[in-house]
Amino acid sequence: MSNLERKLSAGQFVVTAELPVIDGGGHSEIIRQLAPMKAFVDAFNATDNPSAHAHASPLAVSIAMLQAGVEPVMQLACRDRNRLALEADLVGAGMHGVENICCLTGDDVTAGDEPESRRVFDLDGPQLISVTRTLSHGHYLSGRPIKPAPRFLIGAVENPGAPPYESRVRRATKKALAGARFLQLQICYRPELLERFMREARASGLSERLAIIPSICILRTVGGMRFVATRVPGIDVPPATVARIEQAADAQTECFELACELASHALEQPGVGGLHFISFRKDAGIAKLCTRLGIPPRVERELNGYSASVAF
Amino acid sequence: MKAAAVLARAEHAVKAPIWGCKACGQCVLHSTGLTCPMTCPKTLRNGPCGGVRPDGHCEVKPELRCVWLKAFERSERLPLWRGHIDDLRPPVDNTLTGTSAWLNLATGRDRQTPAGWGDVEP
Ligand code: SF4
Repeated sequence: MSNLERKLSAGQFVVTAELPVIDGGGHSEIIRQLAPMKAFVDAFNATDNPSAHAHASPLAVSIAMLQAGVEPVMQLACRDRNRLALEADLVGAGMHGVENICCLTGDDVTAGDEPESRRVFDLDGPQLISVTRTLSHGHYLSGRPIKPAPRFLIGAVENPGAPPYESRVRRATKKALAGARFLQLQICYRPELLERFMREARASGLSERLAIIPSICILRTVGGMRFVATRVPGIDVPPATVARIEQAADAQTECFELACELASHALEQPGVGGLHFISFRKDAGIAKLCTRLGIPPRVERELNGYSASVAF
Repeated sequence: MKAAAVLARAEHAVKAPIWGCKACGQCVLHSTGLTCPMTCPKTLRNGPCGGVRPDGHCEVKPELRCVWLKAFERSERLPLWRGHIDDLRPPVDNTLTGTSAWLNLATGRDRQTPAGWGDVEP
């Protein structure tokens, strides 16, 4: 059983983070990227061609993470592989002991730098969750057996910040019923929409069914803020938030303050099961943010326990 | 021309102008508020994706209103099948492309799924 699964089963608060994309540099690059945040994080997402840009594959990066002694969450998107290829990567992941899987539909190819690619979407996110569960029960989609069955902890994503706002919890519930046990939320710069999602998730019982994990992105520059606001599908940044960073004397400090505010707001929402951090460059931003939020390092949380209450 | 092919053509002639039918051969219009999910650029059977724009338009084709937004709105207005939009629809069976969904509905072929589909907790 993965450490993440153990913690989620025990109802403990979890900290996940995105490993920045890997191109060159091999294992030592992965170790360099992990170093500044490793102490705080329970598991690291290995992304699958995020924003439709090609990078080292999530399976390869997940295996390298295991070798580096940290726990991966292998993301798998439906954009680039048909169901056969997805099943192959999942069974391959199981073979290497990669247990945490995060299933997503994925951005369209038009979001990337090779928009002329063929988009696949042979399965969609909810179907991929269901197929992953099928594999973990010991057979392929065809029914052909796999012995012994690979062990998976299945997760999904949902975007509280994209319309139809009133149906996002329903769609997330469909994912829970298909087999998802954690839900990493898309970065959300509209706190009122996260609040709404959490309120509806509590009312419908969704927050009891799976661990809801909002994402917090640590940006650094005006350019980075503008990129997220205009180029990343599904992220709606209010113009006032962009202006706040543009007009700041020190954009990096202001970006950090913004991340702090959004994170403490997320922590205040009852039913939140953890936080997911995204920082596009290797640096100590995630460690600094955890410290500021009063989230202790992983080992300390394991020894003394921790429940999300904002120390701010 | 075989009867099945004639039927497929007749069906498409009816459905294409109204719903933009893509002849997937396994119609789910009733569970998606009479909105064809195959007109979603990602062909999602369980949409919407997370990329819907703040104005409700499509991530891929900004000039298009998200097909799944329409599906949710319309499903609320249907007298029948209202909750069906929340069902997990199975992956598209690509061997049925171009065949008649009416015929496949009559024979039950459109509800056949791979043996491993829909596996529930043991
Ligand atoms: S925005 Fe809507 S129509 Fe466009 S790809 Fe996503 S689900 Fe399909």
